[in-house]
Amino acid sequence: MSNYLKKTDTIGKIWIWSAAVLVLMVPVAICVYYNSWPEITSVLKGLLGVAPIFWTVGVIEVITYTPMLGIGGTYLAFVTGNLTSIKAPAALTAMENADVKADSEEGEVISTIAIATSSIVTTLVIIVGVVLFSLVAPVIESPVLKPAFDNILPALFGGLAVVYVSKNWKLSIVPLVFMVTLFLCVPSLADSVGILVTVGVIVALVSSRIMYKKGWI
Amino acid sequence: MEFSPNSTFLYIVAIIVIAFVLVQSVYFLVRAYRQGKKLGMSTAKLRKTILSTAIFTVAPAVSILMGVVVLAKALGIPLPWIRLSVIGALTYELPAASAAANSFGIKELGELITDPKVYSAIAWVMTLGILPSIILPPILMKGIRGGMVKIKGKDPKWSDIFMTSLFLGMISAFLGVVFAHINEGLKGWIPFFVLLVSAAVMAICGLLIKKCNMKWLENYAIAISMLCAMTFAVFITPVIAG
Repeated sequence: MSNYLKKTDTIGKIWIWSAAVLVLMVPVAICVYYNSWPEITSVLKGLLGVAPIFWTVGVIEVITYTPMLGIGGTYLAFVTGNLTSIKAPAALTAMENADVKADSEEGEVISTIAIATSSIVTTLVIIVGVVLFSLVAPVIESPVLKPAFDNILPALFGGLAVVYVSKNWKLSIVPLVFMVTLFLCVPSLADSVGILVTVGVIVALVSSRIMYKKGWI
Repeated sequence: MEFSPNSTFLYIVAIIVIAFVLVQSVYFLVRAYRQGKKLGMSTAKLRKTILSTAIFTVAPAVSILMGVVVLAKALGIPLPWIRLSVIGALTYELPAASAAANSFGIKELGELITDPKVYSAIAWVMTLGILPSIILPPILMKGIRGGMVKIKGKDPKWSDIFMTSLFLGMISAFLGVVFAHINEGLKGWIPFFVLLVSAAVMAICGLLIKKCNMKWLENYAIAISMLCAMTFAVFITPVIAG
């Protein structure tokens, strides 16, 4: 590992652990300031409704996205969040356009720049929205615009698919057919797409390995 | 202390957290930019990355702002602002807040929460539910990076295929999910049509880049295809759904 990467790892760890403490301090500050500590049972009850799914998604996201985003990109993206809808596509597109590989130092640089830029822009957009809340809220919530935001993922992944599938069509066929068939047969799985990313990744890796061993790719 | 989900105190907490995120992002940006220059990457390439990413980010960022607007009705502005600027995701925060509210017998997050205990419990659930995403990266980084280096050292060609397969596996899942609702009639096809429009616009951009030598378009193609597809959704949905 180069000096830059080693240093990025150390600095990244300091930032992410500081962020973890800061994030935990938010509910602590609320409870202390308002003297409003809730009963543990009510928190646990609420947590039971979300933790099993979202802790699993959390583990999957870390394992799947870390190799793609590089060291700096990972430490920053997991603090700023919204990986699937912004950070991962931003990093992948930037690396593709700059013609660098994800596991090279150039890839590390481009991925970090893309994730940092998109974090700054997202934060600024939300700040503007919060400052102009009474003006922005009715526009964003208008039923006319709702379909645009409801369809943000197909609008994003349609374009991404053309770039990646056209370049790697042999590697794409098996995971694509598998995932389409799976969702056609079991539509209720749509709610757990975060977990199914792992299934897609495993199918893609196994089929690629077989094709590679057979000399098809 | 009188409680309000929109109190000055909560705004101050939000501003501290948001400032932290901004400072971290700027720090990483400057550091990576400098390293890029050291590696001999051109200023034009680095600046292009910043500009095209910034343009691409606006539309999805507005959709995240929508999450703040929706949650603000029950939780006020500061808490959703914090949650959606740090670690969170649109797909996570709403179910987390709803699950926490449900445990207090609140069925829907429609009215402003005025009980500080309920509000605190929701804040705890939203925070604890997302914690693995921030704790695991520093713990697992060494193992994951080690594994990657090992694969690359052993077989560089397979390492490339491995990385591409990771991307494709992720993309396949999000392409597949578009088909989940097509059993519900024509309305269920809308996401698929949106996907097709996005793909078609991207393909046209690709042709323009290659055949007409419009290299500059490369950096905006994903933003353009996304916006065209979202605009298409605005027009097609009332026609199909009635």
